[in-house]
Amino acid sequence: MAEPAGAVEACEHPQLDPYPVARELGDDAALTDQLLSPLWTRSKVWWVLFAISGLLALLFIVSATYTVARGIGSWGNNIPVAWAFAITDFVWWIGIGHAGTFISAFLILLGQRWRASVNRLAEAMTLFALVNAGLFPILHLGRPWFFYWLVPYPATMKMWPNFRSALPWDVAAIATYFTVSLLFWYTGLVPDLAAARDRAPGRVRRMVYGIFALGWRGAGRQWRQYRVVYLVLAGLATPLVISVHSVVSLDFSIAQLPGWHSTIFPPYFVVGAIYSGLAMVLMLMLPVRRIFHLEDVITRQHLDKIAKLILATGLMLAYSYMCETFIAWYSGDQFERYTYLFARPQGPYAWIYWAMTAVNVLVPQLFWFRKLRTNVVVLFAASVLIWAAMWAERFVIIVTSLERDFLPSSWHFYAPSWVDWGLLIGSIGVFFVLFFAFLRWVPFVPVSEVKRLRFEVRRKAKLEIALAGEKPSEALPEARLRLTEGER
Amino acid sequence: MLFSRRERPRLLAEFAAPEEMSRALEALRAAGYRELETYTPFDMPRTTPALGLRRPRLPWIIALAGLSGGIVAYWIQWFANAWDYPLNVGGRPVNPIPAFIPATFEGTVLAAALVAFFGLFISLRLPALWHPVFEIEGFERATIDRFWIEVGGVQSDLDARELRRIVREAGALRVVPLGREGT
Repeated sequence: MAEPAGAVEACEHPQLDPYPVARELGDDAALTDQLLSPLWTRSKVWWVLFAISGLLALLFIVSATYTVARGIGSWGNNIPVAWAFAITDFVWWIGIGHAGTFISAFLILLGQRWRASVNRLAEAMTLFALVNAGLFPILHLGRPWFFYWLVPYPATMKMWPNFRSALPWDVAAIATYFTVSLLFWYTGLVPDLAAARDRAPGRVRRMVYGIFALGWRGAGRQWRQYRVVYLVLAGLATPLVISVHSVVSLDFSIAQLPGWHSTIFPPYFVVGAIYSGLAMVLMLMLPVRRIFHLEDVITRQHLDKIAKLILATGLMLAYSYMCETFIAWYSGDQFERYTYLFARPQGPYAWIYWAMTAVNVLVPQLFWFRKLRTNVVVLFAASVLIWAAMWAERFVIIVTSLERDFLPSSWHFYAPSWVDWGLLIGSIGVFFVLFFAFLRWVPFVPVSEVKRLRFEVRRKAKLEIALAGEKPSEALPEARLRLTEGER
Repeated sequence: MLFSRRERPRLLAEFAAPEEMSRALEALRAAGYRELETYTPFDMPRTTPALGLRRPRLPWIIALAGLSGGIVAYWIQWFANAWDYPLNVGGRPVNPIPAFIPATFEGTVLAAALVAFFGLFISLRLPALWHPVFEIEGFERATIDRFWIEVGGVQSDLDARELRRIVREAGALRVVPLGREGT
């Protein structure tokens, strides 16, 4: 991949301030135009990709329609394996969503300003993953048209949901998570929609972006209030993201099934969720960065940092695997021991178990090395592997535990039907239809945040140069590196 | 007179660089102007103090909303499962606090986030698709690469001349009165 020589240099310099963002780009107007240009550019490649995703989404629609018409008996589910592909897909998608909130909310609270270049894309991924995640439990209800029975409303039947069950918790958690993610995403988007309004060619586009920009003027009063609320929303989203996958994990851990009934589940699920989502962020970001020539906005520093996060969460996940297996053995409980030491590693789905363990534990170890953390081919391959392995992890947790529970006489093998596969593959299509639409019509790099980031980097560099005065200093060449030709 | 009294004279100055704008802003503040507003393509927290704004009350309203959301969420669960239709499942308590915590938490966050979002736009009086500043030729660059200061409380022509001098010294490209064509 072609990188400007300066960026490589900057990355490898140990003392460099961690923001080589947008150094090689022109002035603010040129930067804005570059970041907004995908909204005005027609592209054949886009249509091809959109059409392929559309076909896959069609597969989802066909499979979902078949499910509703024929009932969930058309799936491979049986008793005891009453939860299988649908719940695996649900946990997988919702977990992927977590990385978007992690990047946009966690990192802003921690003052990690580099997130500016990637947060919009990650947040959009969250939203689209949640759209998919929400569909699976609803389809799984069997009579999805009655899904509103899960909501507490004064019905004529005088019945209420049972809030001691984990399912109404799920409804509350997912509905809240989707709503808050949407509000957070839109709030962040408003200044960029205003920029799109003011740069759009043609009256129709100006009007459409103008309506969505709500009349944003960039006034100092507006920015102040906006800054406060954006931080508050980030502060709300941070505990929320932890609560959501914790609640999802409670679907399992409040049951008594060996392999599910474990106190480690909430943190284990949250870590796994962020891990899988970061992999998907990379998977989406690398091609976008390449296709739209965003190497100066999404720099090697970003890749390096996300890879480090994958390594950190991957290590926590490996620790969770170790811990739950150890506790199963240490508990002395024969059913726990059977699930962890026989059913999973030696049972009918042992190959999935070993594949997912190998990938999830070993692949992130590559990221101990900086060379590999910034190698786009390695990053892409690793992220696809992790992305798939995390689906397998949820499959192992759900299916191997259900398949062989306490009574051998009730054991039953599980095999998915074509409808199960159709829903899984189709949901990936649904995701990409939404994602490509997003790339086409929404400013997918936060323009104003990148401009602000660049302004602050430059201000700091100028300050350093001014402070150094005429004295030769080691920091000086680096500070100069961050300014444009004219400013030096 | 450049302005009649009823016109509420307001002048806008355009700058090409953020540093020039902040310099002008400080100079105006030092010269005694208090009705100041900036228009910038990105957030510049360092210029906020010069605008002389009050502390925002919205965070308190959001906190209150969160608290009420939590109370309402717990109340719904208690009302549904313990009061209106006590559900006896194997003799377990009808009002189990731990089991009601997840939805109570979600209710807290949901209410707070909704109030934060709608509170933001209500307090900013948005959506408002039209505003007098949008009539200024070239103002659309305020969201791209130009930095504007709006000054109110300009009393006289003398005042206006002084103001022009201050902003020009700081590097203003032009000064335009609000609601008229640029000079």
